[in-house]
Parts: sequence; C-alpha cells; structure tokens
Amino acid sequence: MKRLLQIIFIFALAFSAVGSDSSAARFEKLGHRLMCTCGCNQILLECNHVGCPSSDGMRHELSSGMAQNSSDDGVLDIFVQKYGPIVLAAPTMNGFDRVAWITPYATFALGLGLVTIIVRKWRHVPLETKAGKIDDPELEERRKRIRQDTEL
Amino acid sequence: MADFGSFALILALVLSFYAFAAGGLALYAGPRADRLAETSRRAGIATFIAVAAAAAVLVVSVLNNDFSLAYIREHSNIALPIPYKFAALWSGQEGSLVFWALLLSAYALVVRVKHRVDVKLTAYASVILAAVQFFFLLLINFAAHPFSLVSGPVPPDGNGLNVLLQYPEMVIHPPMLYLGYVGMAVPFAFALGALIMRYPGEKWITVTRKWTMVAWLFLTCGIFLGAHWAYSVLGWGGYWGWDPVENASLLPWLTGTAFLHSVMMQEKRGMMKVWNVWLIFITFLLSIFGTFLTRSGLVSSVHAFAQSTIGPWFMWFLGIIFATCLFFYIKNRDHLKSENKLESLVSRESSFLFNNLVLLASCFAVLWGTLFPKISEAVQGHQVTVGPPFFNNVNIPIGLFLLLLTAIGPLLAWRSTSFESVKRNFAIPAALALLTAIVLTVGGMKPWREWANLYSMMAISLAVLVFASITSEFYRGARVIRNHTGLSWPASVTQLTRRNTRRYGGYIVHYGVIVFCIGFAGAAFNQTNEQELGFHDKMTIGPYTLVCQNYTQDDNPNYGSEMAVLDVYKNGKKMGTMYPEQRFYKANQQPATMVALHSTIAEDLYLVYAGRNQDNDHPIIKAHLNPLVSWIWAGVIVTVIGTLVALVPNLPPERAAPRKIAPAGHAAEENGNSVSQPHPAHVEVGD
Repeated sequence: MKRLLQIIFIFALAFSAVGSDSSAARFEKLGHRLMCTCGCNQILLECNHVGCPSSDGMRHELSSGMAQNSSDDGVLDIFVQKYGPIVLAAPTMNGFDRVAWITPYATFALGLGLVTIIVRKWRHVPLETKAGKIDDPELEERRKRIRQDTEL
Repeated sequence: MADFGSFALILALVLSFYAFAAGGLALYAGPRADRLAETSRRAGIATFIAVAAAAAVLVVSVLNNDFSLAYIREHSNIALPIPYKFAALWSGQEGSLVFWALLLSAYALVVRVKHRVDVKLTAYASVILAAVQFFFLLLINFAAHPFSLVSGPVPPDGNGLNVLLQYPEMVIHPPMLYLGYVGMAVPFAFALGALIMRYPGEKWITVTRKWTMVAWLFLTCGIFLGAHWAYSVLGWGGYWGWDPVENASLLPWLTGTAFLHSVMMQEKRGMMKVWNVWLIFITFLLSIFGTFLTRSGLVSSVHAFAQSTIGPWFMWFLGIIFATCLFFYIKNRDHLKSENKLESLVSRESSFLFNNLVLLASCFAVLWGTLFPKISEAVQGHQVTVGPPFFNNVNIPIGLFLLLLTAIGPLLAWRSTSFESVKRNFAIPAALALLTAIVLTVGGMKPWREWANLYSMMAISLAVLVFASITSEFYRGARVIRNHTGLSWPASVTQLTRRNTRRYGGYIVHYGVIVFCIGFAGAAFNQTNEQELGFHDKMTIGPYTLVCQNYTQDDNPNYGSEMAVLDVYKNGKKMGTMYPEQRFYKANQQPATMVALHSTIAEDLYLVYAGRNQDNDHPIIKAHLNPLVSWIWAGVIVTVIGTLVALVPNLPPERAAPRKIAPAGHAAEENGNSVSQPHPAHVEVGD
C-alpha cells in the first residue's frame, strides 16, 4: 500500500507539470490557438498565403499582447475583442461553447452505458429467435468450420 | 458534341429509371416476371454505356479546348498539360457529378454482370443502385448540367484549372476518394436488398463485407493521397487540417471500419445483425452527407466546391434514404434477431463491441465538431471556429484507446477467454510496451512537459504493444504449421496467411495502422523556422543548415515561377540541393507553392518559398522539420497490402502444404492450440 501511494505521488507530481511551458514556447502555443482571419481557415502560425493581408499583423499583435499580458487568456481576449470569437481555433470552456467539448465525451459515456446494458441483457436473457431456427446447411457448415477455426 | 453529351445524359436518366421501375415491378411480381427482370438488368448495363459516353464527350471537349461549354471554360485552358485536362473532369461541380455517376454505373455494371452469384439478391441490389443512379442523373440533367453553353461569344481561352489541383496526385486522389464514396453504395444496396427480401441465411453479409472492403480500400487510399497532396502542395507543413471536407471523408471511413470489425460477429456468431445493417446504412448516408457537405456551402472549407443550389437536393435524398431504411427495418426487424448471446466480457465479441463504440464515438466527435459552428450560430447568433485543437483533444485519447483495443482484441478468443490465458498472452507485449515507454523517457521525450509529448509516448508504446501482440499471433500460428509440415519460418507464415487471408490480412492492416500511428506521433516534435536568405546566407533547423546559393525566376505559357537554390548540410555534411518554388499561374492569376522536400525514415526537411523581400528581392524561406512523416505513407502502403491480402480467397484445403509425418495431435499438445483435421492433407490453425 505504501509503495502504491508512493507511485501515485510520483505520477501526480510528474503530471502536475504537464502543460507547463517556457516563455519561448508560449508564442507557438498561443499562435496555434488562433486562426488567421484572411479566410483561409488555417491556424495563424500555419497560414502560408502569399501576401496574406492578416497573418503578419496578427503575429505582431500576438507578440505585443504577450508582452502586455501574463495570462494566456488575457492575450486571447484581446483577439476575441478585436476579431470576434471566430478568431479562436477551438470553442472556449464558457457558456454554450462548453457544449462542444462536453457532448462527445457525454455521448461516449452514454454509448458505454448502452453497451454495458446490452452486454448484461445478452448475458442474462436466453434468446429464442426465429433466425436461430433457420435450417441452412451451407450456413451450418460455415459455422462449424469457423468454430473449428477459432476454438482455443 | 455537346448535344450528343446532353442526349447521352437524358438517355442514361431514362434507362436508370427503367432499371429501377421495371426491376421493382419484376421483384414484386415474382418468378413470372423473369423477362421483365432481365430487361431491367440490361437497362442498368446500358446506363453505364450512356454515362460513359457523356463522360467521354466531356473529356474530348476538354482535350479539344471547346470553350463554348461553360464547364470547360471554367476549369481548363489551352496551356494546361494533358494529364490535368483529364483532372478537369472532376475538378468542378458538374463534371464531378458526371464522374460520380460514371463510377456508380461502373460498380453497378460489375454487380449486374456477376448477377449469377445470387440472382435474386443481386436483382434487389440492382434496383436500389438504379434508384441511387437515377437521383444523380436527375441532378446532373436538371440542376448541374455539364454541357451548358457559354452566353455570348466563345472565349479564346479558359480560366484554367485550380492551381492547387495541378499536381500529379490530384489525378489520382479524387478518383480514389470517389471510388470509396460511391463504392459504399454497393454494400448499402446489398444490405437493404437483403433486409427487404428477408434473405435466408447469411451469404449476403459475405457479399456485403467484400464490397465494403473494396470501397474501404479506395477510401483509405483516397484519404491518404489527399493528406499527401495537402502535405506536398499546400505548403503549411502538415498533412491533416481537420477541414470540414477532410472530415467528411473520414466519417464513412470510421463507420466502414466499425462494420468490417463487427461483421465478424455476425458471420461467426450470428450476433449484431441490427447493428451491422445500420452501420452499412449509416456509412452510405455519411458518404452522401459528405458529398452534400462539399457541395452545399453549409460549412466553409478550403476545398469545398463553390456554394451552389444543389444542397436541398441532397437533403431530400438523404431524407428519402433514411426513411426507406427505417421503414424496411421496422417492417422486417424480426429477421435481424441475434442467434447467440455474449457469454463473457473477456471475449473477442466484447472487444469488437468496444472497438465499435470507440470508432463510432470518434465518428460522432468529428461530425459534431464539423457541424458545431452552424449549431453555435443557431443558438448563440454567432459562429465559432472548431479547428485542430478541438479535434486533436477529443480524438487523440479516443485513438489511443482504440490502439489499446487493437492490441488486446487478437489475444482474446471467441465466446470466452480465461484471465490466465490473457495474462499469459499479454505479459510479453505489455512488458515490451512498458520498456518502450521507459526507453523513450530516458531518451529525452519528457511526457510531463507537454500533452503532445505524453500522447506521443503513449502512441509509440501502444504501437509496440499492438506489434508484439499481432506478431505473437503470427508466431503461434506459423509454429503449428512449421511443426506439422516442416516448412521454413517464412513459408509457414505465408502458408498461415493464405489459409485465413481475412484474419491475417486484417493483422497486416493493423501493422499498417501502427506504422502510421507512429508517424502521427512524430508531429509532437515538429520544428519550424523562417528566414530571409540573401546570397550565401545560412539558416539552421535541427541538424540541418541551409545555404542560399542562388534565387532565380522562370516563365512558361502556363505559369511564371520564382525559386531559391539551397544547399543542404546535415551535421556539416552536404546532403544535396533543394529548390523551393513559388508559381504564378497566368490563366487564373493565382499563386501556388511548390514545396521542396527531403524525406528520410527519421524526418522530413520541408522547405517553402514563402515570398520575397520587395526591397532587396531576397527569398523568404520557411523550413519545417517534421519527424517520422514517411512512416505515415509507409503505413498506408502496408494497410493497402493487408487489405488486398484479406480480399484474396483462402487457400483451399487440398492445396495446403502436406503434413509432415508426426504422431496425431502432437502439435496441438505442444502449442496449446486446437488443431482440427477435416482433411488428412492439411492442418487448420485455430485462434
């Protein structure tokens, strides 16, 4: 038990640092959370349009925003105020935007629940079906061979 | 020529309607309408000839620079190289619909010619395919006519092909993708036909599975060719941008993959019939939905067709297909009841169930993210962007879970597996995966620093886990054959694969999947640098140093170009010279990037000519160092090989290698596997 707690502590310590970054990487990280607004539908730092009217200016704004704001959210807010929420590369975790993030996981959880129910039902209710009575020699032959093939 | 093309399209429409109506009547009337059924089949075959004639007219018109046709004027020009003139067939809305109809009629032709496989089932499938064909021909004839003439005088030259499409892969990628999309109509037709006729037995599922594998293979090739094209042409350094149109191709691929797994439960245990039928229905619906998404202008995308009026047509078509599927499901659902129950949670069946759940969860997440901007607009009054950060955050954990299942699944037996057996089979693969994680951490991967690093390490470790578990399957099976026949190891593995091509072909596909997953994992360590380079200026990225030797300009009738000539050194040793280029196409006045790529098994050096300084004419070079990208393309090749192996019929028992003289049951005992002997000249190797 003591060893287990030690392992958990080490993992907790290690993963508490996940996501932390140096200031040198901050530009890259924030630049990948913003979209170029020239209409190319590309991440700001990946926009490669020749003579793009937006990306160069936005990169400068990002640099100056980073100098003025210690928090990443503060920098992103500047962009949202200027360009609207469409400038963010992903929905935020506020208001209705949260639905975007929650729904896939909720659906997965729902699916997991459904599969569990189905499995429990299959395991406890014997099935009597018409299909089970199909008298098809070819099918039976095939099943027989498959059972032989796959039996451990 | 245009008149002949228009006539061919009208004729095809009439023929497809006849194939549908007469075929439907014949099925309703039963055996006494055999001759009517035959006329329907022949009308279906004739539809192919008519659509092929229309497509041929379009191609000849492009080759002849017939700019009196609006479509040719919009998508071609005199200077366009001939291979790209063929690509003009699918580069625009109208032509691509003709191409779609052509592929569908070609698939239907194969189905109708091979109708003796199962005459009645094929007749049902043929009628359903005729109905789908009729819809597309209706659309082509009345909403997106490819032979419309230009108004006013005929222009001397056309607007040219979209510059992004002027790349060799563009001659292959769309046909592959379309073959995948359109191909899903065939398993759909067989599945719906089998449900309507209450097909006795399960031969239909075998037919459906094979057709799904063919369509899935094309779709896989199409998706990855598209990724390779994006990587090589778009010049942003990546291969997948989660663009709505990319997502549209992924949706049927995910459900098709789910079907190819769950169908085994139906074939082997008579389970999951409803699930499988609906998976095929949904796969086809998603193929049509993808087409709708590309063409309706519903979502903005870098490579969607221009907004057009055909969106409502697809909405209606989707509605009709769904209503038809639902109607026949409700009517005949008793025909789809399971014949067996799940006996244990630790079994191959349950691993397939979870596999399906994960694939569908991924499919839903992609669909949800693609449509969320529109949902947000409806609810909040403004659109939001759902870009790569969302899709990566949601799908990477799902993908990792799927990799884990890919490792566990093959180690579980059908019906039930004891924990002892799982532990015994899983110990070595798990130890190797753990060792990999330790080696990567010691090697400097630092998973605690970035989520990307953590995901990357998990992906590589799980890939090792999958590799080890599949390899152990090959090893165990080949050992049995080797002991019985005395064949060499490579011959035993070949023999094993040929005896159960579907299973071992599937494992080869899984090898391919892990290879490209390792390639994806490399993205966590991408590096980028951008710099203006004058004569003999240097820039560095990773171990590479680039020295600008020259920059030059060129001109030809199709485009003008600017190019940098860069010597490339790796750790001080000269590797060669690279030529990143930018072109300016004259016909449509658009610039295009020609990426210079130096690809090795470890990394890609990817150079983009990003522009030039207007003051001193110095080129601006953007350099990307992308680790492991070549693994992605290698993985796809392995996946294709695996799928082709799975499509090959099993080696007949009488052609299996002769048995080495040995005491009966000896091999079974020494391997712990059951070895049945339905024929004295061969051995059957079990799971």
